[in-house]
Formats: sequence, C-alpha cells, structure tokens
Amino acid sequence: MHLTRRTAMLAGVAALSVALAGCAGGSSGGGAETAKGPTQAEVDKAMTTPTTIDFWSWVPDIQNEIALFEKKYPAITVNLQNQGGATAQYQKLRAAIKSGQVPDVAQIEYSFLPSFTITKSVLDLAPYGFGDLKSAYSPSAWGQVTSGDQVWGLPQDLGPTGYLYRSDLFEKAGIEPPATWDDFADAARTFKQSTGAYITDLPGNSFSPILALLWQAGARPFGYDGNKTVTIDLDSPQVTKVVDYWDDLIQQDLIATDPQLDDNWYQSMSRGQYGSWLAAAWGPVFLQGTAANTTGLWRATDMPQLDASKPASGNQGGSADVVMAGSKHAIAAAQFVKFLNSDESSTTQLATQQYLFPSLLATQQNDAFRQQKLEFYGGQTVNDVFVDIAGTVSSDWQWLPFNDYASSSFKETLGAAITDRSALEPALKKWQSQLVAYAKQQGFTVKD
Amino acid sequence: MTTLTLSRRRSAVPRRRSADARRKHIAAYSFLTPFLIVFVAMLVVPLFYAGYLSLFRAQIVGGTTFVGLDNYVRALADPRFLEGVGRMSLFLVVQVPIMLGLALFFALALDSGRVRGGKYARLAIFVPYAVPGVVTTLMWGYLYGRNFGPIAQFFEALGLHAPDLLAPGTILGSIMNIVTWQYIGYNMVIMYSALRAIPQELYEAARIDGAGQFRIAWSIKIPSIRSAIMLTIIFSVIGSFQLFSEPKLLYEIAPNAIGTSFSPNLYAYNLAFTNQDVNYAAAIAFLLGFVIMIVSYVVQLSGNRREKGGAR
Repeated sequence: MHLTRRTAMLAGVAALSVALAGCAGGSSGGGAETAKGPTQAEVDKAMTTPTTIDFWSWVPDIQNEIALFEKKYPAITVNLQNQGGATAQYQKLRAAIKSGQVPDVAQIEYSFLPSFTITKSVLDLAPYGFGDLKSAYSPSAWGQVTSGDQVWGLPQDLGPTGYLYRSDLFEKAGIEPPATWDDFADAARTFKQSTGAYITDLPGNSFSPILALLWQAGARPFGYDGNKTVTIDLDSPQVTKVVDYWDDLIQQDLIATDPQLDDNWYQSMSRGQYGSWLAAAWGPVFLQGTAANTTGLWRATDMPQLDASKPASGNQGGSADVVMAGSKHAIAAAQFVKFLNSDESSTTQLATQQYLFPSLLATQQNDAFRQQKLEFYGGQTVNDVFVDIAGTVSSDWQWLPFNDYASSSFKETLGAAITDRSALEPALKKWQSQLVAYAKQQGFTVKD
Repeated sequence: MTTLTLSRRRSAVPRRRSADARRKHIAAYSFLTPFLIVFVAMLVVPLFYAGYLSLFRAQIVGGTTFVGLDNYVRALADPRFLEGVGRMSLFLVVQVPIMLGLALFFALALDSGRVRGGKYARLAIFVPYAVPGVVTTLMWGYLYGRNFGPIAQFFEALGLHAPDLLAPGTILGSIMNIVTWQYIGYNMVIMYSALRAIPQELYEAARIDGAGQFRIAWSIKIPSIRSAIMLTIIFSVIGSFQLFSEPKLLYEIAPNAIGTSFSPNLYAYNLAFTNQDVNYAAAIAFLLGFVIMIVSYVVQLSGNRREKGGAR
C-alpha cells in the first residue's frame, strides 16, 4: 500500500548514499588554504580566459545581475543553479562538499556560515585583498563574514529589524508606536482592549525574531572561536530578562504566539489580527505581497528600545556570497563575488528591483534606494528608516557552527513553549542543555 | 537423484533440449538484468554501506572513529527513538484496523452489486490514492488550519470553540485521518479484485442452502480473500512504521506539535540532515528495519496459525 512512503524512503536512502559517497575524499579536499593571493597579472589572465563558474543562489531574478557581470567580463560564463531555497541548498551543498563536486560560488546566510567554515569548505578571501573592503559595508554585516583576519565572503543583503505597524488600528486604540519596551507592554494592553486584536505576534517556529530581540538587548548567547570552542550562554541575565518580559506578555494574553510566515499568519496580517510586526528589512516589501488589501495603512519605524537614548537593533536573516574551497576557478569566482556585491550597478539593481536590503554602505545611501516611496506605507520612505536602523545593529554577534541543530532544537524547546503558551524559562533551560549536550557529543569544548 | 534425472534426460533427449533450456535461462536472466542492476546499485549497496557507516562515529570536531555497536546501544536507550516506535505502534493499532475495516466494507458493498453507480463509487474511493502524498498532506494541512481552515470556520459559524487539530495532543489523530483517507481506496481495490476472483458457484451453492448476503460475506467472501487481507495488513504494518512525509510536511506548519522525532524515519532524517550525525541515523534506520521485520513476521505467523485453525 504505502507506495509513496516507500518511494520517499528509497529516495532518502539514495540521497543519503549520494551524500555519503564521498566521505573518504571530503576531508582531504577541504584543507587547502592558500596563504598567498593571486597577482594582478594572474587576475587579468583569469578574467580573460574563457571559464564557466557555477553559482548557487535562491535570489529571484539574480540572472539579471549575472548578465551585468558577463557583460563586463565576456570571457566568464556564470551558470546559475537555484536549489529551491536556503534549507534545500545547504543540504545539497553539504552533499556536494562530501562528493568534492562543489559549485564555485554559493549564497550562504550569515547564520549558517560558521557551519560551513568549520568544515573548511569556504575559501578565505583575505589573500585576495578582500579585507580592504571592510569599510565599504555595514559593520554588522562585515562582522558576520569575518573571523579574525579571515574573510569568508562578501555580504549580500542584510536584515536589520524595525517595526511595521497599522497606523489606522493604532489610531483607533489611541496609541503611538511605543518608544520603549515598557511603553510596548502598556500599548499591548490598550491595543487588545480597544481592538480585540493582538499588538503583535511572537512566533515559535523560527528563532530569528527572538534572537534579534536578544541581539538588541546586548545578550550574546552564542560564540565560536573558529576552532574547537563554542559558547552557549542562554542563562545570562540579559537573555533571561528578555525571555521573562515576553513570558509575562504571553501569560497575560497580550500577544499572539502563532507560527510566522504560514497561511494562517498571512491571513491574520491582512485581517488586522496583529497590529504590528517586528520585521526585518526584507519585511516591508514582503508584506505588500501578502496583505495587499491593507495598502496605505502601514507605517515603519524603529523597534521599541530598552533605552530610548541608545537605540539598538538586531538582524534577522541576510546572506553572503562565498567562494567554495574546492573551486577550480577561485580567481574568477572571487571576482564575481566582488562584482555582485560591490559594483554599483549590480548592488543598486539588487536593492531596487529585487528589494534586497543592501549591506554596501554606498548603496544604502544611494537616493534611488533610500528615497524610494512605498505606496503600501502611505508613501513613506521606508528604506530610509531601515538604513538608520542598520547603523544601530552591533557587529559582535556570533552564530554557532551547528545552526541547523540550534534552530531545530529551539523549535522543540523554547519555540514550542511560546506556541503552547507554557512557561518559557524551563524551556529556555532545556534549549541550553540540548545545545550543550549536542556540542559535547560533536567534540566541542563548551564555554558558558 | 539429480544425477539420475540428468542421465535420464540426457539419454532421452540428446542436446537439443539442454541447449533450449540454456537459451531460456539466458533469456530469463537478460530480462532480469535491468532490475538486478538497479536493485543492487540502489538498494543492496546502499544498505551495506549504511550498515558499514552505522559502526562509526563522526564528530564535527575530531573526525571519524570506529565505535562498533555503540550507536545501536545508544539508540536502544534513546527515549526519542523508543517514543517514536511507540507512537508508530499506537498508530498501527488504531489506524490500520479502521482503514482496513472500511476498505473491506467498501469492497464487500461494491462486490454485492447492489450499489448504484458502483463503477463511479469505486473510482471515487480510489481517487485519494492517486493524489500525490505531498499534495494530500498540504491539502489537509490547510483544512486543519487553526483560524481560517474550513473546519475551524465551520465550528465558528456554529458558535462553537474550534478544536486545534494541529496541537500536540491531536496531531497523531489528524495524521491517522490523512493516511486513512489516502489509502482506503488502495486497500479496497486489492480486496475487491480478490473478491471478483471467487467462483460464482460457491454463492449459488450458498444461496441454495439459504444463506443471505451477510452470511455469504462472512462465511465465504472474507475467508476466501484472507490472503489478500493478509497482504494489506503486512503492507500497512510496514507503511505505519515508515511514516515520514506526513509529519515532515506538517512540521512546517506545526513544529511544536511534531518535533524532530515524531516517527523513527523522521528522526533518522533529522539526525542525518539537521544534526549532521549520519552514522547514528544509519543505526536508527537499521534498528527500525529490524522492528518492522519482527512485527511483520509476528503478524504473518499469527495469520497463518489462524488460517490453519480455520481449516480444521
């Protein structure tokens, strides 16, 4: 009977075996680290020799930026492969790394970058002189692609967190967008009383929102020294303070705890079930598409603050483009990464046509981007708001080198407690202990 | 004995037949070759490779070491694995009888010839099986949707509190419903085709003896298709323990209710692709295979025994 299941299982076995097929070869292939970069003459030669490089990315229509690159370097052909989103791409990339047949360039989210640098699968671009580009990018983006002197790739887009709210519903409730988290708690109560809806939703199916809140609050729960030591510190006072704050709001039934970015959530957004959204910079345009019936009613501002005189924020999402360590055309690949993320035409196009929030400072300041008026926000220059927010994100946040596990473990512990509206603190402790157990089992030294 | 046959054969029909037989053998094996190649390459080799892998431990830091049967020992004490097996056992005990009972009921009803538009009814019951499993799960995921799914809206329209069908306590039942909906038709078709193969004379004889439809169904039809029913049971046992795509897809909309180890297969998948622990995943997969083998064997054994008992 259950043919489909068996097929799925067989496919799984097949995928597994493909993934494992190159186990023996993988470790030896990854360790190559060039200490010395290419000379200008070598670069010139590489860029005029007919070459095809493979590029894995899930950015829609990125072919348009590839076209700009190919126009400038006619000898180089970029072969784009979309693996169908971030998660699918990482799985396939890991299989490719084990088999030794890697793409030359890949898009990797900041949060997943250490999971790939730890296996020495990403080429250090410092010898290519990329360290000089530091001042061109938002510090919070640059901090995510470097460890020490090593440069693992160039920042593509960024997701500083701001605050999108329904101006009509806020007016109805007689509240202003809250400036501090203390104000937010009061606003949540007033909002619920006068509209019957929740002021916002804290999702349990993704850890990005709550990590952004921790980022803003100055908590640094994760750390990785680039070698064997990880820091897992989810019981620090800063973390506990944030978690307790939200626990309190949940227990008072002042905020929703629905999973985000699913059908139910889209419906709730367009029906005014949530008055606001702690959205990353990719959120404003995204929301236009999912809640089109609320055009003109939304406004953007920065998130509520712990201390209104010292504005801070955190990132949700954003990715880098990296050159894979096994690339046979590393020079051309590195030049492509550089063009894609620092050439004015390419970055401006990515920002204004594909709506990626740029991590390149020059593009953030570019009027074509910054002064873009969005009808959905009543003609507000939303990008302007987010560019200012991007400057308030601190750059010392770190991710664990096993982000997949950190994320899935969150969903089973703290995330599940949020969704089920049960006590958050025991769940937070459970998350901490699961992460520590996993790290030890994987051979890491754990610091807390 | 063999020599005797051979010598007799040789004396009776010299050469030609043995050449003929050889040609037939060659033909048979050449027809089998494509299957055997794929079977060995896609099933036997990965199986052995997975068995080999399950004897190692690979750490992100520290590399790969041979650990013998440690992964199996770890799995047998792993509450997540054991809970998964327990959950699937519950699934088996509750869902399979319901599904096969309904399938048998529909098969008998259609076979009785008293259903108008029987052909269409048969097709209608079978159609869910033709819908890809992924589509099925996505569709039911929408139907179960918390606030805006049709079921929730129906309850709201009646002024009742809508049950959350994607909550930790209800999700197993929700998945049982999906699987039942999808596979009734498939099992029904197996049973129905077995029913069609029963000689009509038996019914005539029974009718002459004064048996009604129910009596015929109970005393002739069901015993006659016992082997077909046994087949569906074995398939269902295997299918239940291998439950994967339904929880995997529902995880996206209800991660808190499903978790990463809802079924042993989902657990193995997450171990391999989320935890990067391929070796332990291989051990889990092997243990699951043993569990399925044992349960299938027990089911088959008890079925055979009953058959023997029935014959007496």
